Amino acid sequence: MYPENFRYTKEHEWIHVEGDTGTIGITDHAQEELGDIVYVDLPKPGTHIEQGKSLGSVESVKAVSDVYSPVSGEVLEANALLADSPEKLNEDPHAAAWLVKVKLRAPAEVENLMTAADYQTYIGAEK
Amino acid sequence: MVDFGGWDMPVQYSGIIDEHNTVRNAVGLFDVSHMGELEIRGPEAGKLADFVTTNNVAKLKIGQAHYSGLLYEHGGFVDDILVHKVADDHYFLCVNASNQDKDFEHIRSLNRFDAEVENNGDKYAQLAIQGPKARATLQKLTPVDLAAIKYYWFTDGEVSGTPARIAHTGYTGEDGFEIYVPPSEAARMWNLVLEAGAEFGIKPAGLGARNTLRLEAKMALYGHEIDASISPLEAGLDWIVKFDKGEFVGRAALLKQKESGLTRQLVGFEMRGRGIGRDGYEVYLNGTPAGWVTSGSPSPTLGKNIGLCYLPTAQAQTGKAIQIMIRNQPVDAVTVETPFYKRAK
Repeated sequence: MYPENFRYTKEHEWIHVEGDTGTIGITDHAQEELGDIVYVDLPKPGTHIEQGKSLGSVESVKAVSDVYSPVSGEVLEANALLADSPEKLNEDPHAAAWLVKVKLRAPAEVENLMTAADYQTYIGAEK
Repeated sequence: MVDFGGWDMPVQYSGIIDEHNTVRNAVGLFDVSHMGELEIRGPEAGKLADFVTTNNVAKLKIGQAHYSGLLYEHGGFVDDILVHKVADDHYFLCVNASNQDKDFEHIRSLNRFDAEVENNGDKYAQLAIQGPKARATLQKLTPVDLAAIKYYWFTDGEVSGTPARIAHTGYTGEDGFEIYVPPSEAARMWNLVLEAGAEFGIKPAGLGARNTLRLEAKMALYGHEIDASISPLEAGLDWIVKFDKGEFVGRAALLKQKESGLTRQLVGFEMRGRGIGRDGYEVYLNGTPAGWVTSGSPSPTLGKNIGLCYLPTAQAQTGKAIQIMIRNQPVDAVTVETPFYKRAK
């Protein structure tokens, strides 16, 4: 369920790092908790984001929630799919419905994040 | 699961939109055991009930229920409640979970009648079976002729051999029943109703769908449309205020408000721009703050983003362009007629 090659935050985001770029999304647990997603607001390419700060928001029928960036860097691309089909985030949160791709400013930040095993323990304990 | 006034409550099962549509099109089952129950008994039970509520208790027949307001002297809401007349000397009140102890103390403090007030939330579990197939579902489990129970009437009978108060009431804008059973029987009842409704496509529904359903039907939610600072007149609930019935708590304040004119009123809106105006967001008129949103959500039935807000009376007409401040951005909306949804009878 939770890919081993991703890292995870306590706020339920994931990042997949390849070289100096990272792909960021929200976890399956997060989409499950949010329920039917109706809007996804993402930053434009070129936006600078900071680890632990809001990079955008995801809104479900129930509520609107901030998405916190797992790393610091510069946004390269926002997933255009989600502008028209926000519900994809409920269906495929770990693959097709990624949120943004970023160029990492401080790759060592990734070491602060949870592994898949840690994250599963974390959400298990949260329930 | 979320903590809701100390109760572990499911917000959703299969998803809010799916549960919502199931209630509108077939039947849904809600566990609303968190709701509070107060009972008033004694020779003057009716007099006490009439004195502390806004609707006309003296007009209720045995087996009839109505929606009503429990007010402070200043005209604001202690709670909104359902009053059921069980007998001349016995009234059964269904109240909001988080208000139950407050309501109990409030009524008791005003009790100068030959009546007793009981706080009986622990004695009842409540299930709501709601939707066009609600009656067909529940009928399979009870010998009571449900078709004979008129809207906002109730019968004390049995469901699968268990004593149950079966009320033709609901909080969804759809046809349906609410049943009150002993808590020890609640889990068995839940499973029985799900089995009985299986052929109609019944699904469990949570607090999330309950909220979108009641919002479409413009039914007030305590803590949102109404609270201690809001009067029933402002909330558009004039129909539960019976000035003619005689003295009741809050009457003088409401009369004064009626005579001097209301300063604000509850109005429905639809979003025109992208976004959802949610509870607590500011409402602007021509660039100036003018009111606030009490509830807002996507409407699964209408496919629009809807909500309710308070606006100054002079501005509270339909078709008015307003802006709602969503995360520091003004987003266009327009005031509309309510209820947003009304079922075909």
